[in-house]
Amino acid sequence: MLELSRVSVDYGGFTAVEQVDITVEEGELVVLLGSNGAGKSTIFNAISGLQKTSSGTILFEETPIQGAAPDKIVQSGIVQCAEDRKLFPQMTVRENLIMGAYIHRRKRKQVNRSLEEVLELFPILHEKRENAAGSLSGGQQQMLAIGRALMSKPKLMLLDEPSIGLAPLIVEQMFEVIQKINQDGTTVLLAEQNAFAALKIANRGYVFESGSIVVQGSSEELLANDTVRRAYIGA
Amino acid sequence: MGSLLKKRGWIIGFILAAILFPFVSQNEYFLHILTLAFIWMIAVYGLNLLAGYTGYLSLAHAGFFAIGAYTLGLLTVKAGLNYWIALVLACFLTSAIGAVVGLVALRTREHFFAIYTLCVGYIIYLVIDKWDSLTGGVRGLIGIPAPTSVGPISFQTPLSQYYLILFFLLFTVLVMYRIIHSLTGRTFIAIRNSEDLAQTIGISTMKNKLLVFVISTFFAGLAGALYASFIRFIGPDIGYITIIFDLLTYLLVGGIGTLAGPIVGTFLIVTVSQSLQFLQDYRMLIFGPLLTLLIIFYPRGIVGAYHDWRMKSLAKKKQQLNRKQTYVHTQSTETEKKIKEG
Repeated sequence: MLELSRVSVDYGGFTAVEQVDITVEEGELVVLLGSNGAGKSTIFNAISGLQKTSSGTILFEETPIQGAAPDKIVQSGIVQCAEDRKLFPQMTVRENLIMGAYIHRRKRKQVNRSLEEVLELFPILHEKRENAAGSLSGGQQQMLAIGRALMSKPKLMLLDEPSIGLAPLIVEQMFEVIQKINQDGTTVLLAEQNAFAALKIANRGYVFESGSIVVQGSSEELLANDTVRRAYIGA
Repeated sequence: MGSLLKKRGWIIGFILAAILFPFVSQNEYFLHILTLAFIWMIAVYGLNLLAGYTGYLSLAHAGFFAIGAYTLGLLTVKAGLNYWIALVLACFLTSAIGAVVGLVALRTREHFFAIYTLCVGYIIYLVIDKWDSLTGGVRGLIGIPAPTSVGPISFQTPLSQYYLILFFLLFTVLVMYRIIHSLTGRTFIAIRNSEDLAQTIGISTMKNKLLVFVISTFFAGLAGALYASFIRFIGPDIGYITIIFDLLTYLLVGGIGTLAGPIVGTFLIVTVSQSLQFLQDYRMLIFGPLLTLLIIFYPRGIVGAYHDWRMKSLAKKKQQLNRKQTYVHTQSTETEKKIKEG
């Protein structure tokens, strides 16, 4: 479904991502592991068109998308749920969600249906739907960010560190929700530092270190891999 | 729902006050000042949509104001065109030039955008000032006609011009209200919030920024054209840098990014600066420090400060209500306990 081959990204003279190959098949949940600055977010920004690639190709459903405008990429079915739970803080929860369905803005009925579905998936958002998004707690904001991404009815969802800065209990809920979204038919590419929790729900994974992939394999393989265990799980 | 009624409340209050004012005071001088203030308000609304709601501070708007004014002036004086056709053409020509400028300017952001548009504004001023054969240079354009009559309604008296310009102001407010409370308005706010985030949910930021720039220059052009036909004389100084800073002051004092801000700020500054007329340019000694204090303590102006104050008092009321409820609740459980124990 998504195929990155030999993708590199430069920031000026600095190469943030070098010759990366990633494939994601339809229906999969794939995780990118790596510490801060390993290049996970850069890869995401390259896929969603926010960051220009310097070489390599990105194919989505057999069509090259590198260099396309971000809004065209969203229309083709890839949505990024950015790090830091970026929301529109002054808008209400409901307005935030409706903004998420921006590309479907002419299809009123469909937007209302997706709104109901998302509010059903996140009961807490239903309760707070008329509150300003800025007044929500960290976990609720993350739920809203994911909910908003779902509103565009993506084929592939890019989730950038959804567990960052959240309480362990909330992290667990978050991963349950991500798994449910995946089981409902959305392909998910997840960037995480929380390797253990992420590998538990993922099919496959890639481990990033300073801009390139060092290890890849199925979740079981990675969980058993010594380097991964030492670096990310701490056992 | 209540807040909506209240929001409409101030709009209806303003409309009534503006309509009734001439019946209260027959003073032509006041009427003139108010009419002029209405014209500035229209221009400030244009600026507000771009700078306040979308986050792009354009300093070229005095230039667009002048383009609107000169287009109307030239088309009526030199080409002898009908006033209303000239008015429509003035608005559209201004937005067309706005589209071309926006196409380049909107590739820059933040202070680079401000600097770029400042330059564009100055270039527009220079062109008007130096293009003697077309614009009359420093001598300006004299004898711009007042609006021609529409059916039985004529616009020769100051009173009728007052109502005409009030009509255009209300039209502007209505358009702004509709935009801001629509998905398009929220799209603009999303761009102000974070352009990257707006892009990740599929908003074509360039298209929307260009749209808001064109709408914004349209209203600058409308205000300029109305100014030309109201004052009947225009010189290149209406496109000068000081005008944009006047507009910006009105906007900042009233409240940038608020719907009522342009009216409140413009009205306040225009009336205060008129009543301090005897101080001449020393007025700025009062305005300067006041403006600085306002920006430090109330960055969203008077209207923004009012909104914050209301939010706070509402939250306080809610808290008190909660406290009372819990108090009643604990009391009743205590009595229950006593009953059980007793």
